[in-house]
Amino acid sequence: MSMDFYREGEAIADTKAPSGPISERWEQRRFSGRLVNPANRRKLRVIVVGTGLAGASAAATLGELGYRVANYCFQDSARRAHSIAAQGGINAAKNYRNDGDSVHRLFYDTVKGGDFRSRESNVHRLAEVSTEIIDQCVAQGVPFAREYGGLLDNRSFGGAQVSRTFYARGQTGQQLLLGAYQALQRQVAAGTVDLHTRHEMLELIIADGKARGIVVRDLVTGEVSTEIADAVVLATGGYGNVFFLSTNAKGCNVTASWRAHRKGAYFANPCYTQIHPTCIPQSGEHQSKLTLMSESLRNDGRVWVPKVGGDERAPADIPEDERDYYLERRYPAFGNLVPRDIASRAAKVVCDEGRGVGPGGLGVYLDFADAIGRLGKDAVQAKYGNLFDMYERITGENPYERPMRIYPAVHYTMGGLWVDYDLSSNIPGLFVTGEANFSDHGANRLGASALMQGLSDGYFVLPNTISDYLADGPFEKLDEDHEAVVAARKEVDDRVEFFLRNNGDRTVDSFHRELGKIMWEYCGMERSDEGLRKAIGLIRDLKAEFYKRVKVTGHAEQLNQELEKAGRVADFFELGELMCIDALHRTESCGGHFRAESQTEEGEAKRDDEHFSYVAAWEFGGEEPVLHKEALEFEYVKPTQRSYK
Amino acid sequence: MKLSLRIWRQPDADTKGRMVSYEIDEISEDASFLEMLDMLNERLISDGADPVAFDHDCREGICGACSLVIDGQAHGPQAATTTCQLHMRKFKDGDTIDVEPWRAGAFPVVKDLVVDRSAFDRIIQAGGYISAPTGTAPDAHAVPIPKQDADAAFSAAACIGCGACVAACPNGSGMLFMAAKVAHLGLTPQGQPERHTRVLGMVAEHDASGFGGCTNTGECSAACPKEIGLDVIGQLNRDFRRAAVRAA
Repeated sequence: MSMDFYREGEAIADTKAPSGPISERWEQRRFSGRLVNPANRRKLRVIVVGTGLAGASAAATLGELGYRVANYCFQDSARRAHSIAAQGGINAAKNYRNDGDSVHRLFYDTVKGGDFRSRESNVHRLAEVSTEIIDQCVAQGVPFAREYGGLLDNRSFGGAQVSRTFYARGQTGQQLLLGAYQALQRQVAAGTVDLHTRHEMLELIIADGKARGIVVRDLVTGEVSTEIADAVVLATGGYGNVFFLSTNAKGCNVTASWRAHRKGAYFANPCYTQIHPTCIPQSGEHQSKLTLMSESLRNDGRVWVPKVGGDERAPADIPEDERDYYLERRYPAFGNLVPRDIASRAAKVVCDEGRGVGPGGLGVYLDFADAIGRLGKDAVQAKYGNLFDMYERITGENPYERPMRIYPAVHYTMGGLWVDYDLSSNIPGLFVTGEANFSDHGANRLGASALMQGLSDGYFVLPNTISDYLADGPFEKLDEDHEAVVAARKEVDDRVEFFLRNNGDRTVDSFHRELGKIMWEYCGMERSDEGLRKAIGLIRDLKAEFYKRVKVTGHAEQLNQELEKAGRVADFFELGELMCIDALHRTESCGGHFRAESQTEEGEAKRDDEHFSYVAAWEFGGEEPVLHKEALEFEYVKPTQRSYK
Repeated sequence: MKLSLRIWRQPDADTKGRMVSYEIDEISEDASFLEMLDMLNERLISDGADPVAFDHDCREGICGACSLVIDGQAHGPQAATTTCQLHMRKFKDGDTIDVEPWRAGAFPVVKDLVVDRSAFDRIIQAGGYISAPTGTAPDAHAVPIPKQDADAAFSAAACIGCGACVAACPNGSGMLFMAAKVAHLGLTPQGQPERHTRVLGMVAEHDASGFGGCTNTGECSAACPKEIGLDVIGQLNRDFRRAAVRAA
């Protein structure tokens, strides 16, 4: 059936999740999955792409189990993967606080927080495994925050009513990643993992219907080579950099996932992106990335803008009755602590009304004057000192004396490659873990859940599910001159050659910036039918211009950072188009995805369960992708409309 | 702002490098140092020249990828700040700024300002971990850790592995990096069983990788963007002596 910009294909009938009581499904799956004899594991090779939480943990664990692992990352060290930048914490249903937490409550909160667009079976497994993650990390020496009695400290995070978040100051991601990195390096020393840094995956090799290898480019020498294996795991992170400006690291990209998508892997819910409300606003055209300020700041900061647009006075000179504390006004029950999606959209609304502050009017105040008056400067400094220092380093303004300026920014992508319960994509032998897959967060991710999912997938889920697939291996030997290998290599060579030969006159970054602006304007916090149609046209035109005019200097056999960027931006163009098509087809508001035509009378998001309670899994089809729907069923958590009034 | 830059250019590891001068104008003081280099590179590409290669990734001071010796100081003039978090308001209009790569025997130049820091990974491989295969862990509350030990372990573990300590050391020593890991793991009960083999293995790899010995000048700690203290080196020395005596 042909629709606007896409066709509809067959529905996805089976996600391989066991049936029966939800709390027994994971146990049942582990028992029904086939195992691989330890002696045979040595004969099986597994490629893991990425060394973030989901990749390093998977590579280390598979190595410990005795598989021969080849692990790749584009950074100069495995320790630099972007998981390192996660600040807040990691959730686990330990109920150490005796405050009513349980596996079922974490499961319930995560399904609800995802606005009923995730799979119950997967989320329940995530909640079950969460407790083992904390045990594992403590055993590795991760220095979590502790109480004076020596036990682990917990805090409430992201509006949760229980204290289930474990943390290591504002650097939880760093400490968890270093734990996984060290476990990985131990396996490198033991000889079970071959680690290749400064290598970028540029193509997937599929032979006889199975994922059998990857094509990589050595970023230092430019050499293109292939790695053949029995299975491939992509742990390559999210695609927030399609917006150019995001809280992601500069190197984060969609290329590995997109190459797999072009080879047949479904891409699910690409339009589900998370916009984080508390980031430092853009200061000018030179801006290369946005920096997140932990949302814990909203516990004590009050968000406001002037009541009247165009008010040029310094914030301290604006009297109380001329300020609009709009979150407290609109959401009296939750006030400044409303969830991320609601806080972000409310900031956009006041800025669209012309009441924003700072350069370009794209900012709102986050004011600590009341907190300093109530608690004293020292107490505020003890809580947030490092964040205040970071703010001052970046903006040159002192937040103890002048309110911070904040604005929402793209932070996380809930969409990703489609996977079944076993974390297998629809291509046999291709598994996807962490932010790169789509599975557990639905349409909105809760705070402190990303680290939990990355480590759950890598330490505990994938190593158990992949054995069922590998039990059929080792697969037939694949030579370098097999037609699938030769063809995949040629695709990479051709693309490299194209960029270097193209006689253009515009830099890669200039295109990336322009693409980002289109995405942010039309496929960001608020989307509309008209805007998305316009965006698809603009992206197609810009993509055509990119191929005509992009300029890449240097040559192939060297460290060539422009060449790396060109390939990534080319893939972002195609992804951006698919995101807009996905957003266009989903005419409901849901989670972080607000659709202008679907709102309540009070202007709040209106979900449409009757028509959209499904996962949209897209098959690559060039300008006309094919939609496969996976129906979502809720046996344990009944869908309700979220309200924070 | 208008600036004169003198930047180290070196096509690859085998070719001799040199300082090359560039003039750049219309730089906002709100731009970060790396954004200033981005702007220079945009211009170089438009002119058909090879852009300046430099390592960077998160641009929020935590991944440890960015480096650069700026006016002779690792990560530039601002204390406790990585190059990516350094902003141009710390410089004056008309300044001449020297930009060089980390200079150390154990960190060979790859291209321009990019160096090879894989020696740090090898030091971790030589013992910078606790052997705890997935699934073997007891409950997280099985072993309480005094808060002051956990806090001290965290402070040492805050190292981002950027290598500024090595670049700042007159002897190109990697002691602060290595000692931070030895201290982090040595301060936890879980790290005790391997405490001695760890320090012996790591020191042997450190020396084999071409890092120099500690000079006790303390430049490493002064340059460290995460303010790792010199006390961790004292801890390393104590652990090393104890382990060496036991092994003898």
